[in-house]
Amino acid sequence: MSQPSNLPRWATLWLMPVLNLFAALLVSGLVITLIGEDPVECLQLMINGAFGYPEGIGYTLFYTTSFIFTGLAVAAAFHAGLFNIGGEGQMYLAGLGVTLVCLGLDFLPGWVVIPLALLASMALGAAWAFIPGYLQAKRGSHIVVTTIMFNFIASALMTWLLVDKLIMPGSQTPATRLFAESAWIPMLHELAANLGIELPQTPLNATFFLALLALVLFYLMVWRSRWGYALRTVGLNEKAARYAGMPVSKVIIVAMCFSGALAGLAAVNELLGSTHRMNLAFTNGIGFVGIAVALMGRNHPFGILLSALLFGALTQGGLDLSFEKPAITHEMIILTQGLIILFCGALENLFQTPLALAFKQMTKR
Amino acid sequence: MAELAIELTGVNKYFGEVHANKNISFAVAKGSIHGIIGENGAGKSTLMSILYGYYQADSGSIHLNGQEVRIRNSHDAIARGIGMVHQHFMLVDTFTVLENIVLGAEQGVALKQSLAAARAHLATLNRDYGLQVDPDAIVGELGVGEQQRVEILKALYRGADVLILDEPTAVLTPQEADDLFRILGLLKAQGKTVLLITHKLREVLDITDAVTVMRAGEIVGNVVTAEVGKEDLADLMVGRKVNLQLDKTPATPGKTVLQVSNLSLTDARGVKLLDDVSFELREGEIVGIAGVSGNGQSELLEILSGMREASAGSVRYNGTELTTLQACEPKAAAYRRLGIAHVPEDRSREGLVKDFSTFENAILGYHDDPAIQCGLLFNRKAIIERCRRFISEFDVRPANAFRRSGLFSGGNQQKVILAREIDSDPQLMLIGQPTRGVDIGAIEFIHKRLMALRNAGKALLLVSVELDEILALSDRIIVMNAGRVSGELPAAQATATELGLLMGGHK
Repeated sequence: MSQPSNLPRWATLWLMPVLNLFAALLVSGLVITLIGEDPVECLQLMINGAFGYPEGIGYTLFYTTSFIFTGLAVAAAFHAGLFNIGGEGQMYLAGLGVTLVCLGLDFLPGWVVIPLALLASMALGAAWAFIPGYLQAKRGSHIVVTTIMFNFIASALMTWLLVDKLIMPGSQTPATRLFAESAWIPMLHELAANLGIELPQTPLNATFFLALLALVLFYLMVWRSRWGYALRTVGLNEKAARYAGMPVSKVIIVAMCFSGALAGLAAVNELLGSTHRMNLAFTNGIGFVGIAVALMGRNHPFGILLSALLFGALTQGGLDLSFEKPAITHEMIILTQGLIILFCGALENLFQTPLALAFKQMTKR
Repeated sequence: MAELAIELTGVNKYFGEVHANKNISFAVAKGSIHGIIGENGAGKSTLMSILYGYYQADSGSIHLNGQEVRIRNSHDAIARGIGMVHQHFMLVDTFTVLENIVLGAEQGVALKQSLAAARAHLATLNRDYGLQVDPDAIVGELGVGEQQRVEILKALYRGADVLILDEPTAVLTPQEADDLFRILGLLKAQGKTVLLITHKLREVLDITDAVTVMRAGEIVGNVVTAEVGKEDLADLMVGRKVNLQLDKTPATPGKTVLQVSNLSLTDARGVKLLDDVSFELREGEIVGIAGVSGNGQSELLEILSGMREASAGSVRYNGTELTTLQACEPKAAAYRRLGIAHVPEDRSREGLVKDFSTFENAILGYHDDPAIQCGLLFNRKAIIERCRRFISEFDVRPANAFRRSGLFSGGNQQKVILAREIDSDPQLMLIGQPTRGVDIGAIEFIHKRLMALRNAGKALLLVSVELDEILALSDRIIVMNAGRVSGELPAAQATATELGLLMGGHK
């Protein structure tokens, strides 16, 4: 028998995530103290690394772009009641789509190749999500299990392709050749230079604007269209969806495809925006971070924007920090990310009861 | 005044800003049957949960047999001699009666000894209270009435002196209910105290000694049953004059709208859920389907609304065969387009999405309506306007289109669903349990709207487990038992006794 929540809405939406974040940082600070570093100094270094100078900001926003896409991907499935753990694999396959288009067609002008590559990324990301979606809708195979499996399949497939088929002839590293420059998505500092503004060189590119557009479109599609209405109905109450005459299986499959396509766009940011070739490690856990981004952002575009920014800052600030402090390794940053996920996801309601008590005391007076 | 079994003084309970129990004070005499009535959301369940230790009161005191007590959890309650029979039984279906009764009250390590001791104890209880339950029967194979007796036995076995029954007759036929009341009478004669929570006025008048009436978290009356009538209690519960009598003009049925022939449904295990059901429904009449819950009525509604496929038989609607209808959308959507509206039995799980705002629920099932689209997106203004219209026409309270549906009371949720379905101007209206969990004030309103719909020439199929409701609304009554039609009779000639016999399959 659960008692109704005693917290005002604003506290649930804003205060709790902030408290959770604070708790995660506190525990991280403890660990940092244990290895003999000063947590306050580390935090300062990290914040400075992420936001303290123009280049840092550029890198932060570059990481944010990818996290927005994978975060939206998780949120899209979540609204249909599905937990898509497969963002990583979907992004991987989407990268294959981008790569095939570029390797095959990058003699064409940019205005042809780039849209084609975008479509290919979305199509392959969607296709990779379609299979688990189909199995869930028609066979009842649990989406969490199948999407995890599909991450491994994607990883194995890509290793084989890169090592045996797509590798640049004569090279030892499992990476493709560099794409022709026509297929590169313009960098922000290049665009700014055209307008006469000087920005430092960072991988931040025009995909960032696509991510912002995706946030807005996501909101409109999910909350303002009948398609999103059916999506949310299926997610919140499948029986009511059947009552309303909604094609539940179809909604589930389409939701997964939508989710996969969004995850796919993260590959565009990495490949066409930054590395301009595909290598084995380009997904680098971005798909998994998307789960944390969506959880923390409460599956709402605005929340996802904020939490993607947080994780972008953590990635960039963390890298800077590990340059300054050799004792703080990359693993420490992953630990911090993990703690944030733990507190914001698994222990989401940790502070609910004490907060509710505090509010009760306050209102009594 | 007789000795008091329970006395509550100034009990308050808050949930956030909701004051669920306001300054509750009342006393229950030892060896009496005490009724607690009130509309849904009046705070009855909260109060009983406090007595049974699920919740703690924020202030106030509880005295048991003259002694002040703090009941911290249900273990505490049981130890102090309070037993509870829940509306939804807490039994393990695959265990025997004996095993269920001992469950959680085993003594020592060896189960066998506990069982033997329990068996002897049970025999005494069975004899003293005339419960007649076979200790070796498998619970899942017992009827609902018998399962309820197992629950009562369970409480008595744990030494309950005070027995709380939460809506005990909701799942019983009238005959089974009479049996229950006989048992309660015996309990009372043996000096046990019974607290009966119900919203059925008739029961309260029939068997209680005293009644506490609750409204909006407060006690609005503590009365001796013998001194009040049905109308008095209804007025107290609602807080205004209630008209329990419905103006029913004679029906003028027109052409046949729905023709159900030899409809059958067999589930995956081969159990016949519906067996050769046939009936017809005409314009301008209400056909009521009476029966104890779980006798095929739900499945019938599901098939007629397109949510489930029949195994055999035909359903003709205005000359169209529905069972073989070809459509590229789910059947529920196709049927709705043909003018079949459906108020589902399980309101909160099917009829609406609790986490949606009310305006979103106002279009559930009609979300494809061109009138609320604006290109690829919804015309939000039109949807909200439509919802506001529903709210004002059906007097939904609070009148807030943006409030989450789950926060509304059952009656107000039902009004939104009813408004939505009536607004689609259907030819055939399928209605399941229109007033289950709905307060009296709203029942009156809902019944009037349904009657108006019938007078406007619509065909209505009403499924309800409330006999009073069936009798008040229907023009013809079909009784279902074990998936079959066990009888059909004009409402004017039907009596509760006769229907009860048909419901039990005794005829």
